[in-house]
Amino acid sequence: MSNATENLVEVQDLFMYFPVTAGIMQKRVADVKAVDGISFFIKKGETLGLVGESGCGKTTTGRCILQLYDSMKGNIIFDGTDLTKLKREQMRRMRRYMQLIFQDPFASLDPRMTAGEIIGEPLKVHGLAKGQEYRDQVAELFRMVELEPFMADRYPHEFSGGQRQRIGIARALAVRPSFIVCDEPVSALDVSIQAQIIILLERLRDELNLTYLFIAHDLSVVRNISDRVAVMYLGKIVEITSADELYANPLHPYTIALLSAVPIPDPAVDRTRERIILTGDVPSPINPPRGCNFNPRCAQAMDICREETPELKNVGGEHWAACHLVK
Amino acid sequence: MSDRAVGAAGGPVLEARRHFWLVDFFIRLVREKPMGTFGGVIVLILLVVGIFADLLAPFGYNYINLKAIMVPPSAGYILGTDNIGRDLLSRIIHGARISMYVGLGAATLDVVVATLIGLISGYFGGKVDLILQRFVDAVIVFPALFFYLAVMAIVGPGLLQVIFCIGILTGIGSSRLVRSAVMGAKQNVYVDAAKSIGSSNARILIRHILPNVFAPIIIIFTIAMGAAIIAEASLSFLGFGIPPPIPSWGGMLSGPSRKYMVDAPWMAIWPGLALSLVVYGINMFGDALRDLLDPRLRGGVGGMGAYGSERASKALAKRTEKGLRARAQKSE
Repeated sequence: MSNATENLVEVQDLFMYFPVTAGIMQKRVADVKAVDGISFFIKKGETLGLVGESGCGKTTTGRCILQLYDSMKGNIIFDGTDLTKLKREQMRRMRRYMQLIFQDPFASLDPRMTAGEIIGEPLKVHGLAKGQEYRDQVAELFRMVELEPFMADRYPHEFSGGQRQRIGIARALAVRPSFIVCDEPVSALDVSIQAQIIILLERLRDELNLTYLFIAHDLSVVRNISDRVAVMYLGKIVEITSADELYANPLHPYTIALLSAVPIPDPAVDRTRERIILTGDVPSPINPPRGCNFNPRCAQAMDICREETPELKNVGGEHWAACHLVK
Repeated sequence: MSDRAVGAAGGPVLEARRHFWLVDFFIRLVREKPMGTFGGVIVLILLVVGIFADLLAPFGYNYINLKAIMVPPSAGYILGTDNIGRDLLSRIIHGARISMYVGLGAATLDVVVATLIGLISGYFGGKVDLILQRFVDAVIVFPALFFYLAVMAIVGPGLLQVIFCIGILTGIGSSRLVRSAVMGAKQNVYVDAAKSIGSSNARILIRHILPNVFAPIIIIFTIAMGAAIIAEASLSFLGFGIPPPIPSWGGMLSGPSRKYMVDAPWMAIWPGLALSLVVYGINMFGDALRDLLDPRLRGGVGGMGAYGSERASKALAKRTEKGLRARAQKSE
């Protein structure tokens, strides 16, 4: 499934269970299976979209790759280095090469720091620039995300949502990373600003030769920016393929249902097409169903779906799907 | 500094708020918290009297006039004299200096100890927190005065000993407040952001957590100040605090004052009054500070926060009320 030389990031058998504790002794009574055994890779220079409903483990996956949790299982190979084997200090240094853009532009900026301090902090942390060079680089970062350098002395609350997200992007770019996890970077923004930010991210990717893991729940946004797309459901990847292939030829019933929910901006077309409305809720990740995770909501569920968990199968080219219907 | 000037061109309103937040704060204090203002004035008087005690006091604190023993309040001795002929006003003024030393010194130490323990315990959590907090529990459950007495009995009486003893012991107790504030602050996404850019734990603690738990720390300081002054007075009253002849308000209440309470009640009344007034003032000021600085009462984006919106809604209510009344009059 992978070619070690051109893959920038490789995730192997990633598990992330959050313990549910009870009582005075904090006994572990159950696990929230946020990420339940997933593997994928991201090639150098490409953008992998990661979609799924709320609570399916998208964000957790992104944060696991960046080693922001202590108790994950599995291996994360970044540019040939296994991040899970690094010591704390080594990992801290490695963070230079991988950055995170957050969903909420209001919560992710320290309210007591000025925009300049926020953007310059990574430079200071990694000792990359000092004095005049530092000031020049911060000004350059401001311009890179289409903000004015004179705004450096303002505090986050003096900026709009879109501007704050630009500050977050500039902070991620400060250390010249090669890989950025974009964790729903536009979900908290107005639709008009979403497009601006997406265009900015695309431009930066091309100019700076970045690799993205683009997490979102909006399929139309993902389609625009991604080379390949992975669909997650309840902690597992159900389908992964190139963006065009996914939209043209979805195989997993969940992907099909998800795509049918994307609004089409043409009432005539929208009225005639078939919409699949899923019944029920996403099962609890504490106690996922037996067999295929999707079987309680799947219209085409068979007996085998309630017994056996389907594996990700290659159906030709780069198209992989985890469904018993797929041969 | 020139960068700042350029920035100022962007938003004059916001700029004004940023530069004069302290002034803004005092306006709020005076307008919204009259009792807090009263308390603040008392604290200010304590500080001024404490600092300039040598200039303000008409006599030295230990100047004895054997011809004026237990003189009631009069023109020469405004507050009267004690049983060995010392001017009570001068002793109260010098006592203010001691109270100021103890209040500021112990409260500073309190805050330092509380911040250290609270930051470490709250940020690292887990086993570190468990062990540290059991130690804190052990100190908290012990009756405070007993603990002070025991420690003072070991280290001996004296101003520095009192400050250290009170500051460290109350600091361990107030670390709980800092800890809970830190536990709240570390949940913020910007702490994750700092971690993901590769900040060390020390940097996150000092640059991101500490500035965001400053409000509770200021509140702890004011509360600790009042508590420390009372604790010092109690210790001195019991003879374990500041040794005579240095005038401490607590010490002035004990011994001779009690003995001559019927003949010369002013000997006990003045230090008692000074003590009550100062601690009352500090507590009022502290309460007002807590209300004004409480992060739950402050909004995020507007800067003026809940105060601004509260004022806006009040103004709106007033205006609509006026409008309705005007309309009612017209229709009549």
